[in-house]
Amino acid sequence: MAKRVGMEVSIAVAEAVKLADADVIAAYPITPQTHIVEHLSELVADGELDAAYIPVESEHSAMSSCIGSSAAGARTFTATSSQGLALMNEMIYIAPVLRTPIVLAIANRALSAPINIWNDHSDIMSVRDTGWLSIFAENGQEALDLTLASFRIAEDPAVCLPISMNIDGFTLSHFIEPILMPEKAEVDKFLPPYKPQLWLDIKNPISIGLLGGPECYTEARKATDDALWGAKRVVIKAFDEFNQVFGRQYHVVETYRHEDAETIIVSMGSISETAMTAIDEMRDQGQKIGLVRLRLWRPFPEEEFLAAVSKAKNLAVIDRHMVMGCSSGPVGLEVKSLVYNSGLRPGISNFLLGLGGRDVTRDDFKYIHEKATSGQVQARCEIVGVFE
Amino acid sequence: MRAADVPFEKVTNKNFPKGPDSLASGHRACQGCGEVLALRLLLKALGTDFIAVSATGCMEVCTGPYPQSAWRMPWIHVAFENAAAVASGVEAATHVLRRKGRGHDQRIPVVAVAGDGGTADIGLQALSGALERFHENFVYVCLDNEAYMNTGIQRSSATPFGANTTTSPIGSHSKGQYTWKKNMPAIAAAHGVPYVATANPAFHLDLMNKIRRAVAIEGPAYIHVYAPCPTGWRMKPELAVESGRLAVSTRIFPLYEVIEGRYQINRKVDNPTPIADYFKAQGRFRHLKEDDVAFITKRVNADYERLVDLAEKFPVD
Repeated sequence: MAKRVGMEVSIAVAEAVKLADADVIAAYPITPQTHIVEHLSELVADGELDAAYIPVESEHSAMSSCIGSSAAGARTFTATSSQGLALMNEMIYIAPVLRTPIVLAIANRALSAPINIWNDHSDIMSVRDTGWLSIFAENGQEALDLTLASFRIAEDPAVCLPISMNIDGFTLSHFIEPILMPEKAEVDKFLPPYKPQLWLDIKNPISIGLLGGPECYTEARKATDDALWGAKRVVIKAFDEFNQVFGRQYHVVETYRHEDAETIIVSMGSISETAMTAIDEMRDQGQKIGLVRLRLWRPFPEEEFLAAVSKAKNLAVIDRHMVMGCSSGPVGLEVKSLVYNSGLRPGISNFLLGLGGRDVTRDDFKYIHEKATSGQVQARCEIVGVFE
Repeated sequence: MRAADVPFEKVTNKNFPKGPDSLASGHRACQGCGEVLALRLLLKALGTDFIAVSATGCMEVCTGPYPQSAWRMPWIHVAFENAAAVASGVEAATHVLRRKGRGHDQRIPVVAVAGDGGTADIGLQALSGALERFHENFVYVCLDNEAYMNTGIQRSSATPFGANTTTSPIGSHSKGQYTWKKNMPAIAAAHGVPYVATANPAFHLDLMNKIRRAVAIEGPAYIHVYAPCPTGWRMKPELAVESGRLAVSTRIFPLYEVIEGRYQINRKVDNPTPIADYFKAQGRFRHLKEDDVAFITKRVNADYERLVDLAEKFPVD
């Protein structure tokens, strides 16, 4: 039976990596790091996890080592945030096309400048176009569960792609939450040992990372993109089987009181919990408002998203990353382009909030609701609560 | 056991490895390339029971245009500056998987190969990290052709003083490269790794035995290989091996080993050949005047004498 514990979410993620029997962890402590890798190095030092912990000299080398280790057939994990993810960026582009199923936990945090270590989604948006799967957790339990699911999804032979498991920096990573810690036997039922299809095997030598000229570059990129789109089916299956083993059902798009909602807030990550509280309060006052939360960000769950918002008159899309010189944030852009071609015609407003750790309150969601239902759709993303 | 005493099967003229090369023919290296010659000899000495990691560079580009590959062992290339970090990951994985009863059931050497730019410039940090972490089955080979040749002969920190390159050009205010060649073997040795060596394809048995020794010794090893580049050095393609001999006989590129911090010069040069003899075949040095050559000769001799001092004060045997 699972044990109910009070645990910092970062520690829970590390415990999930232990339960998953990861073989290699390569990590670097800038940005700053979270307790995820500190705890993993303790688990290795104590012999509780039989893995190689590579204390690399940079985040660039962390991802480089992960690519090497994954290509050599090892279950591979790393974690980072913010500047560290930015430093990894060159390698982030390479890992998916080399088909290395690395699991990367990101405690989402702001990018410099100004230097700021607090939570927003600036860091992960640089990974958006690279071929990685991206999933978002809302609370500590989800962080643990999605870490386990991430190994299963990434290593599925039909996927064989790296995955980022996102938790909000500080608001999740450094908070102690009640968590159901699963038994190893349950985890083993859900997550089989990693069996790579192709690896750096002296008995069957392969070359990984050959030069791709104009005659094959497009096809190599497309093969990765096809695998990423196809991964959604595997994600759904993994979530369903996760439910069978652990009794917790996850969906690629989560909803809250959205069935009869005229206005739907679209969010990702931990602020969704604040949004749900605000929605309850607004519902009590007779407002028809609900929430659609993107758990899966890449590949974008188009059908599930459109089905969830199909009856709404207004969409209020939350972004937590500023796209400078552009009228929408990344989630806003995505929703607008998808809805435009769907035939649906809700009013779409886009709101930027919670940048660099700025507090997001229930009142912010009430303000957003007011603006989204005002009948005046703004052309540009509105920065909520900015000091003029 | 001392690293110097670790046994390995020596390559001699009599037992020279037979059978197909580990690096297949048909690659696209330039005519007379000394770098691919060095690579071929290194791989021939190793066979195919190891994992190769390449940095982006001449050797990576000329051996792996998809769908072809010249590498007959498992091989991975990821990017330019990170061969040491990728090899670290491969090494850690093979090590831990063997321990856990998966993967290979034997010790697998991991050999990273990079050029001078990928080693002395952009890859230095990753290399330093890998050497410091003391990966047990890690060998790093720098094939040093003394500039960024693959991209059009730009200078690196391994380009020798006075060399004319596309980014250290000669001009009314310039005599070419104005900095001295970065001493990579010394930097590697400063990490306290068990084995550092210099090698040169003109001395092929020495080169092959050094990679064999590097693989046999547990702990990280670094081999710095002189890799003559007729294209980039503006030299006749048939002169690559000759330039290698002259590089040693002029003391420009001494052949030596540093085994657990102890020095051993493999080719002592008591009466050096004039450096002008080395320079005259290479267009990159053609502009140098007598006083320039005298200046270079003075420093080359000083560097060599320092090495002799080290070998006398801290001998291997």
